[in-house]
Amino acid sequence: MITGDGVLLSVRNLIKYFPITRGIIFQRQIGAVHAVDDISFDIHRGETLGLVGESGCGKSTTGRTILQLYRPTSGQVLFDGVDLVTLKGNELRKMRRRMQMIFQDPYASLNPRMTVGEIIGEPLLIHGVAKGKAIQERVEQLLELVGLNPAFSNRYPHEFSGGQRQRIGVARALALQPDLIVCDEPISALDVSIQAQVVNLLEDLQHQFGLTYLFIAHDLSMVRHISDRVAVMYLGVLVELADRNELYNNPLHPYTQALLSAVPIPDPFVEERRRRIILEGDVPSPVNPPSGCRFRTRCKYAKEICSEVKPDWRELQPGHFVACHFAGELG
Amino acid sequence: MSQETIRLKEKALAGGMPLTQKRENLWVDAFRRLIRNRAAVIGGTIVIVLIIMAVFAPQIAPRSYEKQVLNDQNTVPAWLLSIFPTMKPYARISNDYVFGADYVGRDLFSRIVYGARVSLTVAFIGPLISLIIGTIYGSISGYFGGRVDNIMMRIVDVLYAFPGLLFIILLLAFFRSTLTKIEPGTFAYAVSQLDARLGGMLFIFIGIGLTAWETMARLTRGQVLSVREKEFIEAARTIGASNLRIMFRHILPNIIGPLVVAETLAIPGYISTEAFLSFIGLGVNPPTPSWGSMIADGAQVIRTYPNQTVFPALALAITMFAFNFLGDGLRDALDPRLRGTQ
Repeated sequence: MITGDGVLLSVRNLIKYFPITRGIIFQRQIGAVHAVDDISFDIHRGETLGLVGESGCGKSTTGRTILQLYRPTSGQVLFDGVDLVTLKGNELRKMRRRMQMIFQDPYASLNPRMTVGEIIGEPLLIHGVAKGKAIQERVEQLLELVGLNPAFSNRYPHEFSGGQRQRIGVARALALQPDLIVCDEPISALDVSIQAQVVNLLEDLQHQFGLTYLFIAHDLSMVRHISDRVAVMYLGVLVELADRNELYNNPLHPYTQALLSAVPIPDPFVEERRRRIILEGDVPSPVNPPSGCRFRTRCKYAKEICSEVKPDWRELQPGHFVACHFAGELG
Repeated sequence: MSQETIRLKEKALAGGMPLTQKRENLWVDAFRRLIRNRAAVIGGTIVIVLIIMAVFAPQIAPRSYEKQVLNDQNTVPAWLLSIFPTMKPYARISNDYVFGADYVGRDLFSRIVYGARVSLTVAFIGPLISLIIGTIYGSISGYFGGRVDNIMMRIVDVLYAFPGLLFIILLLAFFRSTLTKIEPGTFAYAVSQLDARLGGMLFIFIGIGLTAWETMARLTRGQVLSVREKEFIEAARTIGASNLRIMFRHILPNIIGPLVVAETLAIPGYISTEAFLSFIGLGVNPPTPSWGSMIADGAQVIRTYPNQTVFPALALAITMFAFNFLGDGLRDALDPRLRGTQ
């Protein structure tokens, strides 16, 4: 495992708005979904950064914008020092070799009209890494690596179970020997026993190849298990980022505190004493997010300043970032 | 069961190996379902018979389709009198002609055999043109989406609103009526010459092509839109696939089924358009036989010699049924979930 301190990916002030338009031929923009609104973080080489948050808070959009599947509205995505946002066409395609993605839905992410061999071999073919028989050999290697029978390469995806399909997705992501893999909720569509298998596979592969993961999920205990550091997202912004244990033991942001209080504890005595912080109301619309602090409408500590000033992204303790005016002062 | 197979089975049950090494290719699977569908098999057989008839028309037809024998005008074979007894008092009976002869003494059966050529050519050219133009147009529109899509689809809407038949009729009227006045060497002259050499089928092709692709473009666009948002397209983009590759390797194979089905089901429409044009005298040039023009000729004498209308009409009806059955069967075979729907 490579545990260098080098920063592999550096996201700076990333913003992604999806325009809402009206009109048939002459479209005019009448608003925007503020999916990702000014977030910054680093991912170190060889680490796993967990990204958590509730549905619709922009986790997946962040992952996709980093990979340039969505072009960001503004901001920088520095991958090994190269700003991906400025790359186009062929240059971008070349960089794609080094960053791959594992998708949430193993049923939708494999082309039903291609054999497993074609699916895993396609990246090799596109980037001209291998030709003819060499592709077949590499595909078989990859299948074995992810724990599938190499003889499966001429079968179609519908012949496999969800867990097996997810392994095929992992093999495809590994084909080009990337540095970074964005795992977009890779286990939420699987049942629990299979989840553990896939997570273990991802961990093994990380040790073997020194991979760097951005692990997007909403299962807090799974994130705690796999991540080195964890970032918490709410309504398009990062609210807290810290080392795994630091975050789970000492959450500073009220949203993180509420989120963690919802995790069940597998011990009946502790579980009985666990006090849930119940948040009032719903998540505000990302089309028209609250002024100042995004979380103020549901925060029990909210004061006047919260609606007036957007809280800074501060490093309160070394390696522990938080965006809250009263972080550290709250009970 | 031999020792070997038992051992293999045990190994397979232990999870090591699949029980059967089946190759589930989409088209093989679809074909298997198709041949289980009786109506589709009957339709398919009729289509094959028609194709053979059209290709080997000179060998099958007992006479020439254009030779006029004045003595045999409106002759009726004896067996027909039992079906149409009203013809008894005045019919000129001659057993030389299976279905009888028309008003200038041409063999009806031979003309029906040759007529299959026109109908089948239309049945294959129509889908070909609309598949090529419509699929490309619809794919571009659906794939790029946004403003491109919007503009391209509004163009289709405008064309769609224009009556197709009227358009074909105007086209024919323009090129054909002026044929005598067109100077050799001009574009219009060349087009007219080509049309004449094809027996008048060129304008039918152009007419059908110009109107049929619109439906196809809309269908393709819709299909592309639904596949485009699937995660495997995003996966393809992540591995660096180009737009062309995504289009041809990832989107097209996933939408080709519905497109083929739609085109097969549209074939009867093309055949009837051709028949209609020939019926009103704008289709093929005489003496090229087309079922539509034969029905038109027969309609003049439908009370006295009904056989001259009934046989070409039957041929037309059977052909259209055959393509419809085949199309329905194809749809059920390619997408079993749609079985029994319209």
